[in-house]
Amino acid sequence: MTTHGSELEPAQQGGDPLPDPGIPPHEPRLTDTDVKAAKRAERQVATMFGVAALGSIGFVVAYLALPLIEGDLTRLQASNLALGLTLGVALFLIGIGAIQWAKKLMPDVEMVQERHPLASTADEQAGAVAAFQAGADESGIGRRKLIRNSLLGAVALLPLPIVFILGDLGPVNPNPAQVRARTIWGPGVRVVNDVTFEPIKPEDLEVGQLVNAMPATYKEIPEEEHSEALTARAFSSVILIRMELDEFVIEPGREDWHVDGILCYSKICTHVGCPISLYEQQTHNMLCPCHQSTFALADNGKVVFGPAHRPLPQLALEVDAEGYLAAQGDFAEPVGPSYWERAKYENGERV
Amino acid sequence: MTALLAKRRHPLAPILVMGLALAALAALYALLSPSSQASTTTATSTQIEEGKQLFLVGCSSCHGLNAEGVVRDDGTVLGPSLIGVGAAAVDFQVGTGRMPMARNNVQAPRKSVAYTEEQTAALAAYVASLAPGPAIPEPDQYDPTQGDIAQGGLLYRTNCAQCHNTTGQGGALTLGKYAPKLTGVEPVHIYQAMLTGPQSMPVFSDAVLTSEDKRDIIAYLKNIEDEPNPGGLGIGRIGPVSEGLWVWVIGLGVLVAVAAWLGARSVTVKREETSA
Repeated sequence: MTTHGSELEPAQQGGDPLPDPGIPPHEPRLTDTDVKAAKRAERQVATMFGVAALGSIGFVVAYLALPLIEGDLTRLQASNLALGLTLGVALFLIGIGAIQWAKKLMPDVEMVQERHPLASTADEQAGAVAAFQAGADESGIGRRKLIRNSLLGAVALLPLPIVFILGDLGPVNPNPAQVRARTIWGPGVRVVNDVTFEPIKPEDLEVGQLVNAMPATYKEIPEEEHSEALTARAFSSVILIRMELDEFVIEPGREDWHVDGILCYSKICTHVGCPISLYEQQTHNMLCPCHQSTFALADNGKVVFGPAHRPLPQLALEVDAEGYLAAQGDFAEPVGPSYWERAKYENGERV
Repeated sequence: MTALLAKRRHPLAPILVMGLALAALAALYALLSPSSQASTTTATSTQIEEGKQLFLVGCSSCHGLNAEGVVRDDGTVLGPSLIGVGAAAVDFQVGTGRMPMARNNVQAPRKSVAYTEEQTAALAAYVASLAPGPAIPEPDQYDPTQGDIAQGGLLYRTNCAQCHNTTGQGGALTLGKYAPKLTGVEPVHIYQAMLTGPQSMPVFSDAVLTSEDKRDIIAYLKNIEDEPNPGGLGIGRIGPVSEGLWVWVIGLGVLVAVAAWLGARSVTVKREETSA
C-alpha cells in the first residue's frame, strides 16, 4: 500500500483525446492547518458522544420513571416515546460523532490499495485436481457400478416426496367454486342487525334508513368454527335500505323482492370484494372506498362508476309469520368478486 | 456544474430542505383542521309563532312559505320539504351552522352558527308543529359517561366507520361530497344526525339502532377524541396514509440529508480562503 497525493503522475497515453486526469491534488482541510478549528471539531465530537451518553442514561431513567400500568394505554404510548427517543438519540449521536471525527480530524489523504489477481497459482490448482482424482479413485465410484447406480437411483427419487405433497395444492373437496356459490342465506332466514343481532320489522325502517345486517344463521355457527364464521361474514353481509316506492326502478323478475320499499343488497363489492356501505341516501348511490366503484341502489345495484363489472347482487326479501324481515332464499348469483368458475353457477347450483 | 455541486453540498442545504418540508406539512394540517362550536336547546310550544316569523325571513326562500319545499321548473329540488323532519333535524342543521346554507352546493358544510339558542329553539318548535317528527333527544340519551365504550366501538366500526373513518376523522364521498369529521361535535348533534340522516347520511332510526346503541357510539367517539398524543402530534389520526407520508417525507428526507452530509467534503483551507 502506498500513500499518494499530488505527486501521483497523471497517466499519459499516446493519442488519447481524453487523458486520464489522475487523482486531483490533495487540499488540506481547515482542521489540518488551524489548531483552533481542530480544537472546535474535537469539542463537537466530544459533545455528541456526551449527549449520546446522556441519552443512554435517559433511557434507564425513562424506563424506571414510566413503568407500564396494566390497562393504561396512555402510559404505554408515553413509555414507548420516551424509550425510543432516548435510545434513538444515543445511537444516532454515537454514529454522527464518529463520522464527524473521521471527516474533520482523522487523516484524509488519498490512499491507493493495489489489487492482486484472485486466482490460485498453477501449483495449487494442480494439487486440488490431484486430490480430487485420488479421492474418486479411492472411493471406487468408477469401479463399483452397483453402488454408483443405486446412489443415482436414490438421488433421482429424492424429489418424489416433495412433488407428491404438492398434490395438496390441487383440487379439493368441496370445490371452492361450489363453496363460493352459496352463502348462509336461505328461505326464511331472518335479517338481523349486525353487532346486536336483533331481528328487524319493516316498520322499524324509515325512508332513508341504512341497516348493516347479517343472516340470523350466522349466530348459529358454533363458536369454535372460526374459519366458517369468517367465510360467512365475508360473503353473507348485507345492507338494508328504505326508499319511497317511486324512487327506484325494478328489473323484471324482481317485482316482489322488496318489502314496501325496503331493499336488501350484498355488502361485498363485485370488483375485488371490499365490504361497502358508504350509502348516500340522497343519490341512492353506494360507493366502494377501495377503488371508487359506485353502485346505483335505486336501479338494481347497477355500476354507475368505477372498475366494478357486475351489479351488486340483490337479496329477495319477505316478511315472516311473526312480522320480521327474512330472505326468500339465497342470492341468485355468487356474491363478491369474479372468479374463474363463477359463470357456471346459478342459484347455488352448477349449471 | 461545479458551482451547482458546491451548492448542493452546502452543509445547511439538508436542514433547509427539511425545514421546508416541515413547514409544508404544518400548513396542510392547519388547512385541514376546522374548529367548531354548538349549542343545545329545548323546544316549547310557545315559541312556535316566533319560529314561524324567523322561518319566513330566513328559510322560506328555499324551503317554501309553508315549509313544503321548493322544486325548480327542471324538477331539481331547491330546498326539501321540512314537514315531518322534526325538531331534531332543525336543531342539528341550524345548531351546527349548516343551515342557512351559504350557497346552493353539493354539501352544506359546518360553519359558524347564524341563530341564537332561543331562535334555534323557536325554529325547531315551529317545524315540529307542522307534523310529528323526531324530537330533540333528552340529555340522558346522549350522555357519553353512561355509554359502553367497547360496544360503541363495535357499532361504530360496523355502521359509521365506512364513511367517517375509524377514529372519526371523516372521509370523501362521491362528486365532491364528504363525510365530516366527528371530533369536536356536541354529543346531542351526533345523536340527532344518526336520528334524522342529514344530507347524504342515511337514517339510523331508534327502532334499529336503539337509544342505548347511539349513546354507546357517542361514548366511543368521545373516548377516542380524549385519547392523548404522547408524541405531541396525532398527524390527523388517519392511520397509514399520514404515517406513510410522514415516513416518506420526513424519515427519508432525514436519511437523504445524512447521506448528503456523509459524502460532503470538509471545508478545505482553499475554500475558506476564497469565501473569506
